[in-house]
Amino acid sequence: MPMVRITNVRKAYATGFEALKGVSLDIHEGEILALLGPNGAGKTTLISTICGITQPTSGTITVGGHDVVTAYRGARSLVGLVPQEINLEPFERVMNTVRFSRGLFGKPKDDALLERILRQLSLWDKRDNKIMELSGGMKRRVLIAKALAHEPRVLFLDEPTAGVDVELRRDMWDIVAGLKQSGVTIILTTHYIEEAEAIADRIGVINAGEILLVEEKTALMTRLGQKELRIELHEPVTALPTALADRGLRIEEDGQVLVYTYDTSKDRTGIATLIRDISEAGLVLRDLQTRQNSLEDIFVGLVTKQEDAA
Amino acid sequence: MNWQAIRAIYVFEMSRFFRTLLQSFVSPVISTSLYFVVFGAAIGSRIDQVDGISYGAFIVPGLIMLSVMTQAISNASFGIYFPKFIGTIYELLSAPINFLEIVMGYVGAAATKALFIGVVILGTSALFVDLSIQHPFAMLLFLVLTCLSFSLLGFIIGIWAGNFEQLQLVPLLIVTPLVFLGGSFYSISMLPPVWQTISFFNPVVYLVSGFRWSFFGLADVPIGLSLLAIGAFTMLCLAVIWWIFKTGWRIRQ
Repeated sequence: MPMVRITNVRKAYATGFEALKGVSLDIHEGEILALLGPNGAGKTTLISTICGITQPTSGTITVGGHDVVTAYRGARSLVGLVPQEINLEPFERVMNTVRFSRGLFGKPKDDALLERILRQLSLWDKRDNKIMELSGGMKRRVLIAKALAHEPRVLFLDEPTAGVDVELRRDMWDIVAGLKQSGVTIILTTHYIEEAEAIADRIGVINAGEILLVEEKTALMTRLGQKELRIELHEPVTALPTALADRGLRIEEDGQVLVYTYDTSKDRTGIATLIRDISEAGLVLRDLQTRQNSLEDIFVGLVTKQEDAA
Repeated sequence: MNWQAIRAIYVFEMSRFFRTLLQSFVSPVISTSLYFVVFGAAIGSRIDQVDGISYGAFIVPGLIMLSVMTQAISNASFGIYFPKFIGTIYELLSAPINFLEIVMGYVGAAATKALFIGVVILGTSALFVDLSIQHPFAMLLFLVLTCLSFSLLGFIIGIWAGNFEQLQLVPLLIVTPLVFLGGSFYSISMLPPVWQTISFFNPVVYLVSGFRWSFFGLADVPIGLSLLAIGAFTMLCLAVIWWIFKTGWRIRQ
């Protein structure tokens, strides 16, 4: 049983706008899943629906086996949410607001635990400060401390590093890595591809209310490690010469271009022999290009493909 | 029942009250003193007695009710509107709590604050006039029920309000006139017959009358009717709040 199971969830707002168009997704215990998508893709709506801030129009979501609508107490007590906006009461003191969050989730007072959380987030020295006295980065940490105060098993981080400087972003990644070590399942949304690359175990791509891809990051990375050699020919070919038939070549642009995919991490890429064989087969080269796949390419490719289909 | 959550909301809301304790304490004392100077001493010296009670003493129950009702509404409406305004409502909506627990926390705290102010005014009044309370238990019951029911009303207003102006609108345009016209400073029997009839459509009349009865044993309407009115008003507010949370009106999309 996955930690979070989302089955065919749709969410239509009163205006008729469909923010989620039948999303299904399993999130496994202990993993870090990055949901990648442009602004307005439905990332926040998906998180809000899991956390109970909005109700799904149809479909079901379970957290730890509890349905988020019919067994909301069981589901919600497992979930911590760090919202995108810095929503904090400015006149309240750090310790008070964290204590409030713990109580709100039905947990008995445990100041020793709250001290550990605040120390972990370098907030302990600020515990008696008013929220309004803190910097933006510190406020974000307070939001995380509030979400962790009731010892959630699943933590949602909605754009944790949006509008945050580079140094703070690295800090945030360290915090997330630390949380994973303590066994928390983490789902974060981001539109920074490098962020997903840096910390996620799996990466999901969401756009226009649909999940386009969910894949292990390592599998994605293997695709990233691949390079393409594009060989432009003087005269177009209709079929590959038999000498080149088993080399994994692809014909593109009406036979004008041959595409060869190879792995840069291997000792021998086979480029030299390929070029030699091509000229031996009597084909004349006009130009050569190499191109590296990036997560961004995959992402942009998926999103534009979806838009073309629409 | 998530008692921890109710307690957390209650303690959090009360801490706001304690931060401004001086203001919470001083302002009702000053305003009550002013009412006594104006109504009690200046005007009251020309009105000897109402139903055999000195005018200064006669207005005490109405004065308490006036403050308790407005304070209950403003505390409760601000208490729930503020999280909506600054966005911290997300935490309430994602917490494992139901509507009753949220209401108990917020309304409980708002009612406690109003009760505190009511007691402060009662104490201040005792400095100005001779007070005897014939039915102390009934007095307390009316006071607590009024604190609770008007906090419930305030909670509804806080959820309904889309901005700070609307937050003030209902108290200003509806509640304050109803309270002033509800016999806080006069007996309904002092009015011409037509206005007496109209007054009986004002729910506040039943509360003030019942509350005054607990002090002096005199009432404009039967005491049972007063209790019924406040009970019905409380139930109506609870029903509206239950509907709000069931439908997610103005809070959950």
